[in-house]
Amino acid sequence: MRSAPPIDAFTLRRRPPQEKLVDIGFRQLTLVLAASVGIVLLAIFLTVFSGAREAMATFGLKFLTTSAWDPVNEEYGALIAIYGTLVTAILSLLIAVPIGLGTAIFITEDLLPRRLRDLIGLLVELLAAIPSVVLGLWAIFVMEPAIRPFLSLLHTTLGWTPFFATEPQGPGTAPAILILVVMVLPIITAISRDALNQVPIELRQGAYGVGTTRWGAIFNVILPAAVSSIMGGVMLSLGRAMGETMAVTMIIGNSLNFSVSLLAPGNTISSMLANQFGEADGIQVSALMYAAVVLMILTFVVNVLAQWTVRRLSLRY
Amino acid sequence: MTASSPSTVASDVCMSLQDVTISYGSFEAVKNVYMDLPKGKVTAFIGPSGCGKSTVLRALNRMNDLIPGCTLKGRVIFDQHDLYDKRVDPVEVRRRIGMVFQKPNPFPKSIYENIAFGARINGYKGDMDELVERSLRKAAVWDECKDKLKESGFSLSGGQQQRLCIARAIATEPEVILMDEPCSALDPISTLKIEETMHELKRSYTIMIVTHNMQQAVRVADMTAFFNAEAVEGGTGKVGYLVEFNETENIFNSPSQQSTLDYVSGRFG
Repeated sequence: MRSAPPIDAFTLRRRPPQEKLVDIGFRQLTLVLAASVGIVLLAIFLTVFSGAREAMATFGLKFLTTSAWDPVNEEYGALIAIYGTLVTAILSLLIAVPIGLGTAIFITEDLLPRRLRDLIGLLVELLAAIPSVVLGLWAIFVMEPAIRPFLSLLHTTLGWTPFFATEPQGPGTAPAILILVVMVLPIITAISRDALNQVPIELRQGAYGVGTTRWGAIFNVILPAAVSSIMGGVMLSLGRAMGETMAVTMIIGNSLNFSVSLLAPGNTISSMLANQFGEADGIQVSALMYAAVVLMILTFVVNVLAQWTVRRLSLRY
Repeated sequence: MTASSPSTVASDVCMSLQDVTISYGSFEAVKNVYMDLPKGKVTAFIGPSGCGKSTVLRALNRMNDLIPGCTLKGRVIFDQHDLYDKRVDPVEVRRRIGMVFQKPNPFPKSIYENIAFGARINGYKGDMDELVERSLRKAAVWDECKDKLKESGFSLSGGQQQRLCIARAIATEPEVILMDEPCSALDPISTLKIEETMHELKRSYTIMIVTHNMQQAVRVADMTAFFNAEAVEGGTGKVGYLVEFNETENIFNSPSQQSTLDYVSGRFG
């Protein structure tokens, strides 16, 4: 046993009080910054919730299952908007995920010279830089007229299913879905590309080392290794698609009549809020707040689901 | 070593390198290698860092194809064929010549699937349970794995993971197994276990191993190739070349080159 060093052996290394003060100050500062995010979130939820209480008391859960939106008789139900929100978000992801993932795979594999791949990646990311109001304008004047023949074809061939039962006539749910695809595509592509790039080179080599083909390595080893981050990106996009307002409002038609058909005008919670807040008063405001609470709960559920799937699917490597 | 025409390789030769030069872009990593790697033996590649021994090893199953800009001149003859012939499919090459890497790299799958995956894509139709057990036994990791075949390959320790990777390579029933510093990330006890595994394996496979550990070469290898690197005039870096290739005993006890003697006796680099 060595004898304990004399107490003042550390005197020379003792840190000056100012330095310790900076330490403490920095810790408190970050605490305040971190807490402010939570406080803002809580405050928003509380205001919206308290604004919605009147409507909640009046309409109860029937609000979620009825589609009346009648300011004259003061009867409100958000079924159209909830249905529209879920359908546009989910269907747009069903289209965007394969495209985005395919793009990500293509630009992380060495199928093309590096420069060309970087260019494609850059172009996709630039999509995210287009303001949504511009996309909305483009959807109205360019995309919707351009895809109308295709939508008509869907109606004539698949018109017997409820989803294509109506004649396409300008704004509607289907064009809104397509514009959402354009908007979430960059998110999915960028996150998937990063996820695929982070798969260790050793794993890739291991796959080729046992004699897999390129697609075998991609589908059996590289994608499974990256799936948790990719799912995270997909869930993020789902949240984005549910909350997206401007472009959707411009192209969805803001209908107050419930229709299952994707070719008919529809509505989403966020576009309904954007459209009606200006002229609403009394219980209509409260009803809109109620719809906002529903939207917040939906996105919250999506986020929890995202965390859960990411944790379940994540594999250490 | 005398230069021989490509198809007349002696029957006890597994792979024959004939004037092999490998470059990354315009930089020559290793130059003019002639070597006849014997069948059913363990051959060790030793040499200082940057001498190209790993590059040569990875050339033997066309793993270098994955590195952009990597090119090979010369011939690598295996089973009467030049592996770098245009008609040769690198995927098939890798199915016959397996590989174990420096860092254990099990797939993000269960232990069972790690083994079964390679076998399945290689068209194995037999009893998969039996193959998994046999491969894990050959790689001396069965006892640690048998109760947790459904668990992730990452639940094993580093040494066990590396033996899982060896089992994975064996399961595809290759003719040759290449090992690129398989023990460099492992502790001495795991290293010893893997060396024991290698002694088992050389009864049925030809093994080539890159190692930085000269004692390991002495313990496991029948043949040893010593690579060195030297700066060339006008070049940007050192170029690797094969100094000497002989039985391990000769390399370590009576090498014919001074630089080999310097290296194996530790008076070097």
